[in-house]
Amino acid sequence: MAKISVQQLNFFYGSKQVLADISLEIEDRKIMALIGPSGCGKSTFLRCLNRMNDTIAGARVEGKILLDGENILAPTLDVTRLRARVGMVFQRPNPFPQSVFDNVAFGPRILNTHKPKELPALVEASLRQVGLWNEVRDQLKQDALHLSLGQQQRLCIARALAVQPEALLMDEPCSALDPQATLEIEELMRTLREKYCIVIVTHNMQQAARVSDRTGFFWLGKMVEEDATAALFTRPRHTLTENYITGRAG
Amino acid sequence: MSERIAWNEFIIGAIIRIAGFSTIGFVILIFAFLLQQGLPALNEVAPDNFLGTRWYPTFDLYGMMPLFLGSLLVTVTAILIALPLGISTAVYVREVAPQWAREILKPLIEVLAGIPSVVLGFFGMTVLAPFLRETLQLPTGLTAFTGALILAYMALPTMVSVAEDALDAVPKSYRDAALAMGATRWETIWRVSVPAARTGILTAIMLGIGRALGETMVVLMVTGNAARMPTTLGSLFLPVRTMTATIAAEMGEVAAGSVHYHVLFFIGILLFALTFLINLAAAPAILAKRRRGGLR
Ligand SMILES: Nc1ncnc2c1ncn2[C@@H]1O[C@H](COP(=O)(O)OP(=O)(O)O)[C@@H](O)[C@H]1O
Ligand SMILES: [Mg+2]
Repeated sequence: MAKISVQQLNFFYGSKQVLADISLEIEDRKIMALIGPSGCGKSTFLRCLNRMNDTIAGARVEGKILLDGENILAPTLDVTRLRARVGMVFQRPNPFPQSVFDNVAFGPRILNTHKPKELPALVEASLRQVGLWNEVRDQLKQDALHLSLGQQQRLCIARALAVQPEALLMDEPCSALDPQATLEIEELMRTLREKYCIVIVTHNMQQAARVSDRTGFFWLGKMVEEDATAALFTRPRHTLTENYITGRAG
Repeated sequence: MSERIAWNEFIIGAIIRIAGFSTIGFVILIFAFLLQQGLPALNEVAPDNFLGTRWYPTFDLYGMMPLFLGSLLVTVTAILIALPLGISTAVYVREVAPQWAREILKPLIEVLAGIPSVVLGFFGMTVLAPFLRETLQLPTGLTAFTGALILAYMALPTMVSVAEDALDAVPKSYRDAALAMGATRWETIWRVSVPAARTGILTAIMLGIGRALGETMVVLMVTGNAARMPTTLGSLFLPVRTMTATIAAEMGEVAAGSVHYHVLFFIGILLFALTFLINLAAAPAILAKRRRGGLR
Protein backbone atom coordinates (compact mmCIF):
# COMPACT_ATOMS: atom_id res chain seq x y z
CA MET A 1 0.00 0.00 0.00
CA ALA A 2 1.25 3.48 -0.82
CA LYS A 3 2.23 5.69 2.11
CA ILE A 4 0.23 8.60 0.73
CA SER A 5 -2.61 8.11 -1.67
CA VAL A 6 -4.19 11.17 -3.28
CA GLN A 7 -7.57 10.59 -4.91
CA GLN A 8 -9.36 13.02 -7.20
CA LEU A 9 -8.10 16.11 -5.45
CA ASN A 10 -9.55 19.50 -6.36
CA PHE A 11 -8.36 22.70 -4.76
CA PHE A 12 -9.75 26.24 -4.81
CA TYR A 13 -8.55 29.63 -3.60
CA GLY A 14 -11.96 31.25 -3.26
CA SER A 15 -13.62 30.66 -6.59
CA LYS A 16 -10.35 30.09 -8.44
CA GLN A 17 -9.60 26.43 -9.06
CA VAL A 18 -5.89 25.75 -8.73
CA LEU A 19 -5.75 21.95 -8.71
CA ALA A 20 -8.04 19.74 -10.76
CA ASP A 21 -8.65 16.02 -10.35
CA ILE A 22 -5.22 14.99 -9.12
CA SER A 23 -4.60 11.37 -8.22
CA LEU A 24 -1.21 10.16 -7.11
CA GLU A 25 0.29 7.26 -5.16
CA ILE A 26 3.39 8.08 -3.12
CA GLU A 27 5.49 5.15 -1.85
CA ASP A 28 7.28 4.99 1.47
CA ARG A 29 11.09 5.21 1.39
CA LYS A 30 11.04 6.69 -2.07
CA ILE A 31 11.55 10.20 -3.38
CA MET A 32 8.73 11.66 -5.41
CA ALA A 33 9.66 14.78 -7.39
CA LEU A 34 7.04 17.23 -8.65
CA ILE A 35 8.05 19.45 -11.55
CA GLY A 36 6.25 21.98 -13.69
CA PRO A 37 6.25 25.65 -14.61
CA SER A 38 5.80 28.14 -11.80
CA GLY A 39 2.22 28.88 -10.82
CA CYS A 40 0.97 25.44 -11.89
CA GLY A 41 0.04 24.47 -8.33
CA LYS A 42 2.98 22.39 -7.08
CA SER A 43 3.30 24.24 -3.76
CA THR A 44 -0.43 24.22 -3.27
CA PHE A 45 -0.49 20.47 -3.81
CA LEU A 46 2.38 19.93 -1.37
CA ARG A 47 0.64 22.06 1.25
CA CYS A 48 -2.46 19.87 0.92
CA LEU A 49 -0.45 16.91 2.18
CA ASN A 50 0.06 18.48 5.64
CA ARG A 51 -2.99 20.73 5.48
CA MET A 52 -0.96 23.92 5.64
CA ASN A 53 -3.53 25.43 3.30
CA ASP A 54 -5.93 25.40 6.26
CA THR A 55 -4.22 28.62 7.36
CA ILE A 56 -5.32 30.43 4.19
CA ALA A 57 -8.73 32.07 4.30
CA GLY A 58 -10.97 30.98 1.46
CA ALA A 59 -9.00 27.83 0.65
CA ARG A 60 -11.19 24.81 -0.12
CA VAL A 61 -10.29 21.25 -0.94
CA GLU A 62 -12.24 18.31 -2.37
CA GLY A 63 -11.29 14.66 -2.73
CA LYS A 64 -9.32 12.33 -0.52
CA ILE A 65 -5.78 12.10 0.75
CA LEU A 66 -5.01 8.87 2.58
CA LEU A 67 -2.00 8.64 4.88
CA ASP A 68 -1.54 4.97 5.76
CA GLY A 69 -5.15 4.52 4.72
CA GLU A 70 -6.58 7.29 6.92
CA ASN A 71 -8.24 10.25 5.21
CA ILE A 72 -6.34 13.32 6.38
CA LEU A 73 -8.88 15.68 4.85
CA ALA A 74 -11.52 14.50 7.30
CA PRO A 75 -12.76 17.50 9.28
CA THR A 76 -12.38 15.61 12.55
CA LEU A 77 -8.68 14.92 12.00
CA ASP A 78 -6.20 16.37 14.51
CA VAL A 79 -4.20 18.65 12.24
CA THR A 80 -1.34 19.22 14.69
CA ARG A 81 -0.88 15.44 14.95
CA LEU A 82 -0.87 15.18 11.14
CA ARG A 83 1.77 17.90 10.82
CA ALA A 84 3.95 16.16 13.37
CA ARG A 85 3.78 13.04 11.16
CA VAL A 86 4.35 14.90 7.90
CA GLY A 87 7.23 17.37 8.19
CA MET A 88 7.86 20.29 5.86
CA VAL A 89 10.93 22.13 4.60
CA PHE A 90 10.38 25.50 2.99
CA GLN A 91 11.73 27.31 -0.02
CA ARG A 92 13.77 29.83 1.95
CA PRO A 93 15.55 28.55 5.04
CA ASN A 94 13.43 29.74 7.97
CA PRO A 95 15.16 28.93 11.24
CA PHE A 96 13.69 30.75 14.25
CA PRO A 97 15.76 33.67 15.58
CA GLN A 98 16.75 31.45 18.47
CA SER A 99 19.77 29.31 19.25
CA VAL A 100 20.73 26.34 17.09
CA PHE A 101 19.80 24.03 19.96
CA ASP A 102 16.42 25.64 20.59
CA ASN A 103 15.59 25.41 16.90
CA VAL A 104 16.08 21.66 16.81
CA ALA A 105 14.46 21.17 20.22
CA PHE A 106 11.41 23.26 19.29
CA GLY A 107 9.22 20.45 17.99
CA PRO A 108 9.98 17.90 20.72
CA ARG A 109 9.39 20.59 23.34
CA ILE A 110 5.96 21.68 22.19
CA LEU A 111 4.86 18.16 21.34
CA ASN A 112 6.23 16.86 24.65
CA THR A 113 7.79 13.83 23.02
CA HIS A 114 10.96 13.92 25.09
CA LYS A 115 12.02 14.69 28.63
CA PRO A 116 14.27 17.75 28.98
CA LYS A 117 17.28 15.58 29.81
CA GLU A 118 16.80 13.55 26.63
CA LEU A 119 16.87 16.63 24.43
CA PRO A 120 20.66 17.05 24.02
CA ALA A 121 20.97 13.51 22.64
CA LEU A 122 18.03 14.03 20.30
CA VAL A 123 19.40 17.37 19.08
CA GLU A 124 22.78 15.78 18.43
CA ALA A 125 21.24 12.83 16.60
CA SER A 126 19.12 15.13 14.42
CA LEU A 127 22.08 17.35 13.59
CA ARG A 128 24.19 14.29 12.77
CA GLN A 129 21.44 13.03 10.47
CA VAL A 130 21.80 16.14 8.33
CA GLY A 131 25.59 16.20 8.56
CA LEU A 132 25.63 19.44 10.52
CA TRP A 133 26.83 18.21 13.90
CA ASN A 134 30.55 18.63 13.30
CA GLU A 135 30.04 22.10 11.88
CA VAL A 136 27.87 23.48 14.68
CA ARG A 137 28.72 21.39 17.76
CA ASP A 138 30.51 24.41 19.28
CA GLN A 139 27.81 26.89 18.26
CA LEU A 140 24.72 25.23 19.73
CA LYS A 141 24.01 28.28 21.87
CA GLN A 142 24.47 30.77 19.06
CA ASP A 143 21.71 32.42 17.11
CA ALA A 144 20.84 30.18 14.16
CA LEU A 145 20.69 33.20 11.87
CA HIS A 146 24.51 33.38 12.01
CA LEU A 147 24.83 30.15 10.02
CA SER A 148 25.30 30.16 6.26
CA LEU A 149 22.17 29.70 4.16
CA GLY A 150 23.09 26.13 3.31
CA GLN A 151 23.65 25.33 6.99
CA GLN A 152 20.37 27.05 7.86
CA GLN A 153 18.49 24.86 5.41
CA ARG A 154 20.08 21.71 6.83
CA LEU A 155 19.21 23.00 10.30
CA CYS A 156 15.59 23.34 9.18
CA ILE A 157 15.69 19.76 7.96
CA ALA A 158 17.15 18.65 11.30
CA ARG A 159 14.41 20.60 13.07
CA ALA A 160 11.79 18.77 11.03
CA LEU A 161 13.46 15.40 11.68
CA ALA A 162 13.59 15.98 15.44
CA VAL A 163 9.81 15.68 15.46
CA GLN A 164 10.36 12.15 14.06
CA PRO A 165 8.02 12.43 11.11
CA GLU A 166 7.15 9.65 8.69
CA ALA A 167 7.14 11.80 5.59
CA LEU A 168 9.00 14.94 4.56
CA LEU A 169 7.65 17.57 2.17
CA MET A 170 10.26 19.83 0.57
CA ASP A 171 9.20 22.87 -1.44
CA GLU A 172 12.10 23.89 -3.69
CA PRO A 173 14.50 23.46 -0.76
CA CYS A 174 17.55 24.48 -2.78
CA SER A 175 16.25 27.47 -4.69
CA ALA A 176 17.95 29.93 -2.29
CA LEU A 177 21.22 27.99 -2.10
CA ASP A 178 24.49 27.99 -4.03
CA PRO A 179 25.49 24.93 -6.11
CA GLN A 180 27.72 23.45 -3.39
CA ALA A 181 25.02 23.70 -0.71
CA THR A 182 22.52 22.31 -3.23
CA LEU A 183 24.68 19.22 -3.75
CA GLU A 184 24.93 18.74 0.00
CA ILE A 185 21.16 18.81 0.36
CA GLU A 186 20.74 16.35 -2.51
CA GLU A 187 23.29 14.04 -0.92
CA LEU A 188 21.35 14.32 2.33
CA MET A 189 18.09 13.46 0.59
CA ARG A 190 19.58 10.21 -0.66
CA THR A 191 20.39 9.15 2.89
CA LEU A 192 17.01 10.29 4.24
CA ARG A 193 15.28 8.24 1.57
CA GLU A 194 16.19 5.12 3.54
CA LYS A 195 13.91 6.12 6.39
CA TYR A 196 11.30 8.55 5.10
CA CYS A 197 8.77 9.05 2.40
CA ILE A 198 9.91 12.24 0.62
CA VAL A 199 8.06 14.56 -1.72
CA ILE A 200 10.13 17.32 -3.29
CA VAL A 201 8.92 20.18 -5.45
CA THR A 202 11.59 21.53 -7.75
CA HIS A 203 11.77 23.68 -10.81
CA ASN A 204 15.21 22.24 -11.48
CA MET A 205 14.75 19.24 -13.76
CA GLN A 206 18.33 18.05 -13.34
CA GLN A 207 17.69 17.93 -9.64
CA ALA A 208 14.55 15.85 -10.11
CA ALA A 209 16.48 13.52 -12.39
CA ARG A 210 19.38 13.27 -9.94
CA VAL A 211 17.53 12.51 -6.72
CA SER A 212 14.06 11.14 -7.33
CA ASP A 213 12.63 7.68 -7.91
CA ARG A 214 9.45 8.92 -9.53
CA THR A 215 8.51 12.26 -11.04
CA GLY A 216 5.16 13.92 -11.56
CA PHE A 217 4.69 16.68 -14.10
CA PHE A 218 2.18 19.42 -13.27
CA TRP A 219 0.70 21.76 -15.84
CA LEU A 220 -1.95 24.39 -15.09
CA GLY A 221 -3.26 22.61 -12.03
CA LYS A 222 -3.40 19.15 -13.60
CA MET A 223 -1.03 16.26 -13.31
CA VAL A 224 -0.20 15.50 -16.88
CA GLU A 225 2.06 12.55 -16.30
CA GLU A 226 3.66 10.56 -13.49
CA ASP A 227 6.21 7.84 -14.00
CA ALA A 228 9.53 6.39 -12.90
CA THR A 229 11.98 9.28 -13.14
CA ALA A 230 14.20 7.65 -15.74
CA ALA A 231 11.21 6.81 -17.90
CA LEU A 232 9.64 10.24 -17.62
CA PHE A 233 12.82 12.01 -18.65
CA THR A 234 13.78 9.63 -21.48
CA ARG A 235 10.41 8.51 -22.84
CA PRO A 236 7.74 11.07 -21.89
CA ARG A 237 4.32 9.95 -23.04
CA HIS A 238 2.83 13.42 -23.42
CA THR A 239 3.93 16.17 -25.77
CA LEU A 240 3.41 18.70 -22.95
CA THR A 241 5.89 16.81 -20.79
CA GLU A 242 8.31 16.42 -23.65
CA ASN A 243 8.14 20.11 -24.50
CA TYR A 244 8.71 21.05 -20.89
CA ILE A 245 11.66 18.77 -20.21
CA THR A 246 13.34 19.65 -23.47
CA GLY A 247 12.95 23.31 -22.63
CA ARG A 248 10.48 24.19 -25.37
CA ALA A 249 7.82 25.38 -22.91
CA GLY A 250 7.52 26.78 -19.41
CA MET B 1 21.86 77.37 -15.05
CA SER B 2 23.96 74.80 -13.25
CA GLU B 3 25.36 77.59 -11.10
CA ARG B 4 21.86 78.51 -9.95
CA ILE B 5 21.13 74.91 -9.02
CA ALA B 6 24.38 74.77 -7.09
CA TRP B 7 23.38 77.91 -5.16
CA ASN B 8 19.92 76.55 -4.39
CA GLU B 9 21.46 73.32 -3.19
CA PHE B 10 23.87 75.22 -1.00
CA ILE B 11 21.18 77.39 0.60
CA ILE B 12 18.79 74.51 1.22
CA GLY B 13 21.63 72.46 2.64
CA ALA B 14 22.68 75.31 4.90
CA ILE B 15 19.13 75.87 6.22
CA ILE B 16 18.67 72.20 6.99
CA ARG B 17 22.03 72.06 8.70
CA ILE B 18 21.28 75.13 10.83
CA ALA B 19 17.89 73.71 11.80
CA GLY B 20 19.48 70.42 12.77
CA PHE B 21 22.31 71.97 14.75
CA SER B 22 20.05 74.44 16.54
CA THR B 23 17.81 71.60 17.76
CA ILE B 24 20.83 69.89 19.25
CA GLY B 25 22.01 73.27 20.51
CA PHE B 26 18.74 73.91 22.36
CA VAL B 27 18.90 70.51 24.00
CA ILE B 28 22.42 71.27 25.19
CA LEU B 29 21.38 74.74 26.39
CA ILE B 30 18.46 73.38 28.35
CA PHE B 31 20.63 70.72 29.89
CA ALA B 32 23.28 73.30 30.78
CA PHE B 33 20.60 75.50 32.39
CA LEU B 34 19.33 72.51 34.36
CA LEU B 35 22.85 71.75 35.60
CA GLN B 36 23.56 75.39 36.42
CA GLN B 37 20.37 75.75 38.46
CA GLY B 38 20.43 72.32 40.06
CA LEU B 39 24.03 71.50 40.89
CA PRO B 40 24.43 74.22 43.58
CA ALA B 41 22.00 72.15 45.63
CA LEU B 42 24.81 69.64 46.18
CA ASN B 43 26.81 72.32 47.98
CA GLU B 44 23.93 73.78 49.89
CA VAL B 45 22.42 70.56 51.22
CA ALA B 46 24.35 67.90 53.11
CA PRO B 47 24.33 64.40 51.52
CA ASP B 48 22.66 62.77 54.53
CA ASN B 49 19.92 65.37 54.35
CA PHE B 50 19.39 64.55 50.67
CA LEU B 51 19.27 60.84 51.31
CA GLY B 52 16.98 61.30 54.27
CA THR B 53 13.39 60.20 54.51
CA ARG B 54 11.82 63.54 55.32
CA TRP B 55 10.84 66.15 52.76
CA TYR B 56 9.96 69.36 54.65
CA PRO B 57 11.48 72.24 52.64
CA THR B 58 10.13 74.76 55.16
CA PHE B 59 12.41 73.23 57.80
CA ASP B 60 15.32 72.76 55.37
CA LEU B 61 14.70 69.02 55.23
CA TYR B 62 15.25 67.85 51.67
CA GLY B 63 15.13 64.05 52.00
CA MET B 64 14.39 62.85 48.48
CA MET B 65 13.85 59.17 49.34
CA PRO B 66 10.06 59.47 49.69
CA LEU B 67 9.85 61.23 46.32
CA PHE B 68 12.14 58.79 44.59
CA LEU B 69 10.39 55.76 46.06
CA GLY B 70 7.03 57.37 45.28
CA SER B 71 7.96 57.69 41.62
CA LEU B 72 9.34 54.15 41.63
CA LEU B 73 6.23 52.69 43.26
CA VAL B 74 3.81 54.40 40.90
CA THR B 75 5.87 53.66 37.78
CA VAL B 76 6.60 50.01 38.53
CA THR B 77 2.97 49.34 39.46
CA ALA B 78 1.78 51.06 36.31
CA ILE B 79 4.09 48.96 34.14
CA LEU B 80 3.16 45.73 35.95
CA ILE B 81 -0.47 46.50 35.10
CA ALA B 82 0.17 47.77 31.57
CA LEU B 83 2.60 45.09 30.44
CA PRO B 84 0.38 41.98 30.44
CA LEU B 85 -2.56 44.02 29.17
CA GLY B 86 -0.50 45.69 26.47
CA ILE B 87 1.12 42.49 25.20
CA SER B 88 -2.14 40.57 25.17
CA THR B 89 -3.92 43.40 23.41
CA ALA B 90 -1.14 43.54 20.81
CA VAL B 91 -1.32 39.76 20.37
CA TYR B 92 -5.08 39.95 20.08
CA VAL B 93 -5.03 42.75 17.53
CA ARG B 94 -2.29 41.23 15.41
CA GLU B 95 -2.83 37.49 15.74
CA VAL B 96 -6.39 36.78 16.75
CA ALA B 97 -8.75 39.56 15.71
CA PRO B 98 -10.43 39.21 12.31
CA GLN B 99 -9.36 41.71 9.67
CA TRP B 100 -12.33 44.06 10.16
CA ALA B 101 -11.83 44.22 13.92
CA ARG B 102 -8.14 44.96 13.43
CA GLU B 103 -8.95 47.85 11.12
CA ILE B 104 -11.22 49.39 13.77
CA LEU B 105 -9.00 48.65 16.77
CA LYS B 106 -5.67 49.96 15.49
CA PRO B 107 -6.74 53.57 14.87
CA LEU B 108 -8.96 53.49 17.96
CA ILE B 109 -6.00 52.58 20.16
CA GLU B 110 -3.94 55.33 18.61
CA VAL B 111 -6.72 57.86 19.27
CA LEU B 112 -6.72 56.84 22.94
CA ALA B 113 -3.13 58.06 23.15
CA GLY B 114 -4.38 61.55 22.31
CA ILE B 115 -6.61 62.07 25.36
CA PRO B 116 -5.05 64.99 27.30
CA SER B 117 -3.63 63.87 30.61
CA VAL B 118 -5.51 66.57 32.51
CA VAL B 119 -8.77 64.99 31.33
CA LEU B 120 -7.61 61.62 32.59
CA GLY B 121 -6.56 63.23 35.86
CA PHE B 122 -9.99 64.78 36.20
CA PHE B 123 -11.60 61.42 35.50
CA GLY B 124 -9.31 59.86 38.09
CA MET B 125 -10.30 62.40 40.75
CA THR B 126 -14.01 62.35 40.17
CA VAL B 127 -14.72 58.74 39.20
CA LEU B 128 -11.84 56.37 39.87
CA ALA B 129 -10.74 57.73 43.27
CA PRO B 130 -14.22 57.67 44.87
CA PHE B 131 -14.80 54.22 43.39
CA LEU B 132 -11.56 52.85 44.86
CA ARG B 133 -12.25 54.48 48.21
CA GLU B 134 -15.69 52.84 48.41
CA THR B 135 -14.74 49.37 47.17
CA LEU B 136 -11.42 49.05 49.01
CA GLN B 137 -12.62 50.91 52.14
CA LEU B 138 -9.70 53.37 51.98
CA PRO B 139 -9.37 56.61 53.96
CA THR B 140 -8.86 58.41 50.65
CA GLY B 141 -9.11 57.40 47.02
CA LEU B 142 -6.13 59.52 46.05
CA THR B 143 -3.42 56.84 46.24
CA ALA B 144 -0.36 55.50 44.46
CA PHE B 145 -2.56 52.76 43.04
CA THR B 146 -5.03 55.26 41.57
CA GLY B 147 -2.15 57.02 39.84
CA ALA B 148 -0.67 53.74 38.64
CA LEU B 149 -3.98 52.68 37.11
CA ILE B 150 -4.29 55.86 35.10
CA LEU B 151 -0.62 55.83 34.13
CA ALA B 152 -1.00 52.23 32.98
CA TYR B 153 -3.90 53.34 30.83
CA MET B 154 -1.82 56.19 29.45
CA ALA B 155 1.14 53.94 28.68
CA LEU B 156 -1.06 51.32 27.01
CA PRO B 157 -1.68 52.83 23.56
CA THR B 158 2.02 53.37 22.86
CA MET B 159 2.92 49.95 24.20
CA VAL B 160 0.20 48.22 22.21
CA SER B 161 1.03 50.09 19.06
CA VAL B 162 4.78 49.45 19.24
CA ALA B 163 4.35 45.81 20.29
CA GLU B 164 1.82 45.30 17.52
CA ASP B 165 4.23 46.71 14.95
CA ALA B 166 6.89 44.38 16.27
CA LEU B 167 4.61 41.35 15.98
CA ASP B 168 3.56 42.47 12.54
CA ALA B 169 7.21 42.50 11.45
CA VAL B 170 7.73 38.84 12.44
CA PRO B 171 8.07 37.01 9.12
CA LYS B 172 5.23 34.68 8.20
CA SER B 173 7.85 32.02 7.49
CA TYR B 174 8.50 31.65 11.25
CA ARG B 175 4.85 30.99 11.95
CA ASP B 176 4.65 28.57 9.04
CA ALA B 177 7.66 26.67 10.34
CA ALA B 178 6.07 26.26 13.77
CA LEU B 179 2.64 25.32 12.45
CA ALA B 180 4.21 22.79 10.07
CA MET B 181 5.78 21.00 13.04
CA GLY B 182 2.43 20.54 14.70
CA ALA B 183 2.38 23.62 16.93
CA THR B 184 -1.05 25.01 17.71
CA ARG B 185 -1.87 28.62 16.99
CA TRP B 186 -1.23 29.60 20.63
CA GLU B 187 2.05 27.74 20.83
CA THR B 188 3.10 29.51 17.66
CA ILE B 189 2.18 32.90 19.12
CA TRP B 190 3.85 32.46 22.51
CA ARG B 191 6.89 30.45 21.51
CA VAL B 192 7.71 31.94 18.11
CA SER B 193 6.00 35.26 17.35
CA VAL B 194 6.34 36.93 20.75
CA PRO B 195 10.00 35.88 21.29
CA ALA B 196 10.85 36.92 17.74
CA ALA B 197 9.33 40.32 18.45
CA ARG B 198 11.17 40.67 21.77
CA THR B 199 13.34 43.67 20.84
CA GLY B 200 10.29 45.60 19.73
CA ILE B 201 8.37 44.55 22.81
CA LEU B 202 11.28 45.62 25.02
CA THR B 203 11.23 48.99 23.31
CA ALA B 204 7.51 49.19 24.03
CA ILE B 205 8.17 48.54 27.72
CA MET B 206 10.89 51.20 27.85
CA LEU B 207 8.63 53.73 26.18
CA GLY B 208 5.93 52.85 28.68
CA ILE B 209 8.29 53.36 31.62
CA GLY B 210 9.48 56.66 30.22
CA ARG B 211 5.89 57.81 29.80
CA ALA B 212 4.89 56.81 33.33
CA LEU B 213 8.01 58.21 34.98
CA GLY B 214 7.79 61.59 33.30
CA GLU B 215 4.04 62.09 33.60
CA THR B 216 3.15 64.95 35.91
CA MET B 217 -0.43 66.14 35.59
CA VAL B 218 -2.14 62.86 36.40
CA VAL B 219 0.01 62.01 39.40
CA LEU B 220 -0.35 65.53 40.72
CA MET B 221 -4.12 65.20 40.52
CA VAL B 222 -4.74 61.68 41.78
CA THR B 223 -1.91 60.41 44.01
CA GLY B 224 -2.66 62.58 47.03
CA ASN B 225 0.81 64.17 47.12
CA ALA B 226 1.79 63.22 50.65
CA ALA B 227 5.58 62.99 50.82
CA ARG B 228 5.66 59.93 53.03
CA MET B 229 7.93 56.91 52.74
CA PRO B 230 6.20 54.04 50.90
CA THR B 231 7.77 51.32 53.03
CA THR B 232 5.18 48.56 53.04
CA LEU B 233 3.07 47.02 50.32
CA GLY B 234 0.08 48.76 51.88
CA SER B 235 1.61 52.08 50.84
CA LEU B 236 0.27 51.33 47.40
CA PHE B 237 -3.17 52.24 48.74
CA LEU B 238 -2.04 55.40 50.51
CA PRO B 239 -1.14 58.81 49.11
CA VAL B 240 2.39 59.22 47.74
CA ARG B 241 4.26 62.01 46.10
CA THR B 242 6.37 61.60 43.00
CA MET B 243 9.39 63.59 41.84
CA THR B 244 7.49 65.18 38.96
CA ALA B 245 4.55 66.19 41.11
CA THR B 246 6.91 67.79 43.63
CA ILE B 247 8.51 70.00 41.02
CA ALA B 248 5.17 70.99 39.53
CA ALA B 249 3.52 71.71 42.85
CA GLU B 250 6.35 73.64 44.49
CA MET B 251 8.15 75.43 41.69
CA GLY B 252 5.56 78.21 41.51
CA GLU B 253 5.99 79.11 45.17
CA VAL B 254 9.74 79.12 45.74
CA ALA B 255 11.99 82.16 45.52
CA ALA B 256 14.32 81.98 42.53
CA GLY B 257 17.87 81.19 43.64
CA SER B 258 16.88 79.80 47.03
CA VAL B 259 18.07 76.43 48.29
CA HIS B 260 14.61 74.92 47.76
CA TYR B 261 14.67 76.24 44.19
CA HIS B 262 18.04 74.62 43.51
CA VAL B 263 16.88 71.35 44.98
CA LEU B 264 13.82 71.27 42.73
CA PHE B 265 16.11 71.70 39.74
CA PHE B 266 18.31 68.97 41.09
CA ILE B 267 15.30 66.64 41.11
CA GLY B 268 14.84 67.64 37.48
CA ILE B 269 18.42 66.54 36.78
CA LEU B 270 17.72 63.21 38.45
CA LEU B 271 14.60 62.70 36.35
CA PHE B 272 16.54 63.57 33.24
CA ALA B 273 19.27 61.09 34.18
CA LEU B 274 16.74 58.33 34.88
CA THR B 275 14.97 58.85 31.57
CA PHE B 276 18.33 58.90 29.84
CA LEU B 277 19.32 55.60 31.47
CA ILE B 278 16.05 54.00 30.42
CA ASN B 279 16.59 55.10 26.84
CA LEU B 280 20.12 53.79 27.08
CA ALA B 281 18.77 50.43 28.23
CA ALA B 282 16.50 50.37 25.19
CA ALA B 283 19.31 51.45 22.88
CA PRO B 284 20.75 48.00 22.13
CA ALA B 285 17.28 46.88 21.12
CA ILE B 286 16.79 49.90 18.92
CA LEU B 287 20.25 49.57 17.37
CA ALA B 288 19.72 45.87 16.72
CA LYS B 289 16.46 46.75 15.07
CA ARG B 290 18.22 49.21 12.78
CA ARG B 291 20.87 46.68 11.87
CA ARG B 292 18.27 44.16 10.84
CA GLY B 293 16.33 46.82 9.00
CA GLY B 294 13.10 46.70 10.96
CA LEU B 295 11.40 46.19 14.28
CA ARG B 296 11.35 42.58 15.25
N1 LIG C 1 -2.76 32.27 -0.98
C1 LIG C 1 -3.19 32.28 -2.26
N2 LIG C 1 -4.34 32.90 -2.58
C2 LIG C 1 -4.80 32.90 -3.87
N3 LIG C 1 -4.15 32.34 -4.89
C3 LIG C 1 -2.99 31.70 -4.64
C4 LIG C 1 -2.44 31.64 -3.31
N4 LIG C 1 -1.27 30.96 -3.37
C5 LIG C 1 -1.11 30.61 -4.67
N5 LIG C 1 -2.11 31.06 -5.43
C6 LIG C 1 -2.29 30.84 -6.87
O1 LIG C 1 -2.41 29.46 -7.10
C7 LIG C 1 -1.69 29.07 -8.26
C8 LIG C 1 -0.70 27.98 -7.91
O2 LIG C 1 0.30 28.51 -7.05
P1 LIG C 1 1.45 27.63 -6.44
O3 LIG C 1 0.86 26.42 -5.85
O4 LIG C 1 2.25 28.49 -5.56
O5 LIG C 1 2.28 27.24 -7.75
P2 LIG C 1 3.77 26.71 -7.89
O6 LIG C 1 4.27 26.30 -6.55
O7 LIG C 1 3.67 25.58 -8.85
O8 LIG C 1 4.57 27.82 -8.48
C9 LIG C 1 -1.03 30.33 -8.79
O9 LIG C 1 -1.84 30.81 -9.85
C10 LIG C 1 -1.06 31.28 -7.64
O10 LIG C 1 -1.20 32.59 -8.10
MG1 LIG D 1 5.93 27.10 -5.43
